[in-house]
Amino acid sequence: MRQIINFILRYKNFLLYLFLLIISLALTVQSHSYHRSKYFNSSNWLTGNIYATTSNITTYFGLGEENKKLVEENKRLRNLLFNQKKEDSMQLDTTNITYRVIASQVIKNSYSLPRNYITIKKGSAQGIKPDMGVITANGILGIVENTSKNFATVQSILNTKSRINAKIKNTNHYGSLVWDTKDYNTVQLADVERLVPVKIGDTIVTGASSSIFPENIPIGIIKNFDLNNSQSSYSIDIKLFNNMAAVRSIYIIDNIQREEIIELEAKTNNDSQ
Amino acid sequence: MIRNSYFINIIRFVLLILVQVLVFNKLNFFGYINPMVYILFLYWYPIKEKRQLFLLLSFLLGFLIDLFSDTVAIHAAATVTIAYLRPTIMRFCFGVNYEFQNFKLTNTTRAQQITFLTLLIIIHHLVFFTLEIFSLENTLLILKKVLTISIATLILCLLLSSLFSVKKE
Repeated sequence: MRQIINFILRYKNFLLYLFLLIISLALTVQSHSYHRSKYFNSSNWLTGNIYATTSNITTYFGLGEENKKLVEENKRLRNLLFNQKKEDSMQLDTTNITYRVIASQVIKNSYSLPRNYITIKKGSAQGIKPDMGVITANGILGIVENTSKNFATVQSILNTKSRINAKIKNTNHYGSLVWDTKDYNTVQLADVERLVPVKIGDTIVTGASSSIFPENIPIGIIKNFDLNNSQSSYSIDIKLFNNMAAVRSIYIIDNIQREEIIELEAKTNNDSQ
Repeated sequence: MIRNSYFINIIRFVLLILVQVLVFNKLNFFGYINPMVYILFLYWYPIKEKRQLFLLLSFLLGFLIDLFSDTVAIHAAATVTIAYLRPTIMRFCFGVNYEFQNFKLTNTTRAQQITFLTLLIIIHHLVFFTLEIFSLENTLLILKKVLTISIATLILCLLLSSLFSVKKE
């Protein structure tokens, strides 16, 4: 017994080090495999408020640029609206609405890590829930991962854990969007079959088989492509429409029917087992 | 005097975290270079203080940076490692001198100080990027990041440490 105590006393520094190291390694490894690390993220009260305060100050320096972007987007939407074919009666029935849009701002953005997260200024108190899609005026940005009362973290598409269903515009050829961590303005489209005709300059949009994003949200254009080692599918580089280094105003998309879809899928899975 | 040194260390702790997350984490020089200047806390920390407290403080420092940058606990692991290895590194850099009662960092030569800082930074970055990238296929990428970011961190740490150098007493 005394020997054990002596041993602990002699190596107390090493044991403390080992203890702290194991805690941090366990947390890290867990976050690599599990879907989300619930507590240790920047949506908490302390970090959220510090980021919100500094972003309040720094946004002033980009207001002109930001206004220009918003006017540009309004112009595009007006064009769509005025050229839309008139329907006999306006649809005012809210029960038919599938998607609800919430506007917000980015308060912290990172794009130099292999697993990047963005922190935004709205949280569960404003109706943000995990697994909502996040887009900007130009294209797709990511998926909400954690929420606190007033803030939320978004798993950016520049994250090795991110896999988003995408397709080549106006076709039905699907793949999943991944990131190889090399360049923050380029992502990859994986699992596109070799029989699919692919051209440089083709537009990539979100696919229909996701309950998070609506179909046809722009992502980027094909920069180059080649057949991968196994020669069965393409690896395609996509240049993003978004400038990931300068995102400010964002929209969060809430799919109202998502719960119903998930419930139905769970039920189907249970029945088939 | 002792209270004064506690005070200075607390101020340093808070300021280095804020500077790191609000300025240097947003630098993104060449798209990926973000110097980690908070290592200066371990460089400046008094030598004769209790080691357990030092280890715990380093863990806390790393962990707070992790919270801000959404990296879970990678900074914490790397910082705790260099905090544990610090006496060994100091013995390597300053020889047996550093065990004397009146040893001070300011009494050593510039070359010794730079070696000490460089070793802290390289070990920290090696642990950090190995955990961050987390695959041995990318050894070259890890080495590239360690090398470039170590140089950036070293330059900025030297600049900051000469700006806020401890007065010679």
